[in-house]
Amino acid sequence: MMALLHHAGFELASGLRNRAMLLLLYLFPLGFYLMAGSLMVALNPGFRETVVPAMVVFALMAGCLLGLPDPIVTAREAGIYRSFKIHGVPAVSILLLPGAATLLHLTVVSAIITVTAPLLFGAPPPTHAGAYLLVYLAAAAAHAGLGLLIAVVSASTRATILWGQLVFLPSVMLGGLMVPSEVIPDTLAMLARLLPATHAMNAMRGLAFGETTAFSPVGSLAVLVTGAVLAVVLAVRLFQWDRHAEGRRVRAAWGALVVLPYAAGALFL
Amino acid sequence: MEPAIVVEGFRKTYGDVVAVDGIDFIVAPGEVFGLLGPNGAGKTTTLECLEGLRFPTAGRLRVRGIDPAREPRRLRDVTGVQLQTSGLPETMRVDEAMRFFCAYHERAPRWDLLERFGLQERRRIEYGTLSTGQQRRLALALALVNDPPVVFLDEPTAGLDVATRAELHALVSELRERGVALVLATHDMAEAEKLADRVAILLAGRIVASGTPRALTAAASDLTRVSVRSELETLATRSTPYPGVSRQLRNDGYDVFFTDAIGPTVAAILRTLEEASDPLIDLRVERPSLEERFLELTSAGAAA
Repeated sequence: MMALLHHAGFELASGLRNRAMLLLLYLFPLGFYLMAGSLMVALNPGFRETVVPAMVVFALMAGCLLGLPDPIVTAREAGIYRSFKIHGVPAVSILLLPGAATLLHLTVVSAIITVTAPLLFGAPPPTHAGAYLLVYLAAAAAHAGLGLLIAVVSASTRATILWGQLVFLPSVMLGGLMVPSEVIPDTLAMLARLLPATHAMNAMRGLAFGETTAFSPVGSLAVLVTGAVLAVVLAVRLFQWDRHAEGRRVRAAWGALVVLPYAAGALFL
Repeated sequence: MEPAIVVEGFRKTYGDVVAVDGIDFIVAPGEVFGLLGPNGAGKTTTLECLEGLRFPTAGRLRVRGIDPAREPRRLRDVTGVQLQTSGLPETMRVDEAMRFFCAYHERAPRWDLLERFGLQERRRIEYGTLSTGQQRRLALALALVNDPPVVFLDEPTAGLDVATRAELHALVSELRERGVALVLATHDMAEAEKLADRVAILLAGRIVASGTPRALTAAASDLTRVSVRSELETLATRSTPYPGVSRQLRNDGYDVFFTDAIGPTVAAILRTLEEASDPLIDLRVERPSLEERFLELTSAGAAA
């Protein structure tokens, strides 16, 4: 128990000591929130309705997809996890504690957005607090799981950035953050449902803000929960202690299974 | 007494590449065992399989009776490991590292080890800002937090300054006195000769020689090296061969003679210098070292 506490404490502190993590966990999402909130609300007053869910999902994406994987890959490539292994640090702790610490930091950011957006931009707060919290946790876990999986299957930090951007950029454009899902062409909308951000936005708007959505928000919540569980299980199973790991391509193929719940969401919701 | 380490028929392959090809050795409690060999000989692979970081392809490995591949948790309690290539997170402070790893060993922080390795003043410093020598010292300190009866050191003095190297040598002696079995993988032959009770020389995954450093050097070609430096460098110009000398070369300003008859060789050398009125600057007579035996074996292996 003491070991877990020391480990968790270090991971939490690391998020603030590591400048890259500090940037991606706090400065980037909060800076973007202030900029997008000011600009987008002025250009398109309708954006006001989605400021809170869009900027919270944006923060989750930035922290989990761009911030979380890199330190894990860097540590693995530098042989740090070999040191951990010889002292008996379990693989589950190595993966889950940085994930949990990242989510804790992102929860602070999300709380700042949720509280200040109504004051700064006149954005509506969530109408169902419990549902908001539930969807937030599911979306956070889904994105963190995906970030961990990216870290586990990436051969290098360069690959990590590529994989992260491969999900991040389409999520920003098609996930319903900047443009409502309803106005996206059908084919792209179908593709967008392969992204956790789309389901996070859909579930938040439908369940937490009481809006009418294009497809089932409960279904989206189920997709997020299944996606989170599958991603974490795959990440733990595919975790390797060092860079000499064999069968990286096979593991990447196994990692691709994470898309299954989202594919099901795209086909059946 | 039950051996601390047993290695029998150990083989490790990576795909088609054979890293270790069926080696055997035993290490007793209180013994320092040196694994020597050039890069890629299989030293680190052997250590990593004993440490539970990799799994053997074939053979039997036991550390205090524990199978490293099957009982990693029990293995952690009885081993201390300093890896050749490892590190800690850049942002982890020295005191955090001590608390962190001691907690995983279910022990109170070992501040005495920080003191012993001269890191007490650096407690609040992040790992990334420590010098290479300090990082190696911290790795050594962390390897000993659980008072292990078996310690693996992979190139332990790489990057260490002279004082810390001496401190490490003293530590190895102290651990041996306490009955700790140590396995030392190193390129440093002088270090192995000084510290190890027995050594094994690995070449292309096989043990090509093993025994005490003294026995190994005795098995080397029994030639004594006589190195001479003179002002006019006239020794190489002598037309008749020096008695007992089978090989002669020039190295770094010295004429070097390999002889099996030290007295006649030295006498002939001094006579030659006297006849040529060539003042002697330096004369050294050296018995074959472990390094020479190592080079002899590795060059024979390379030629084969």
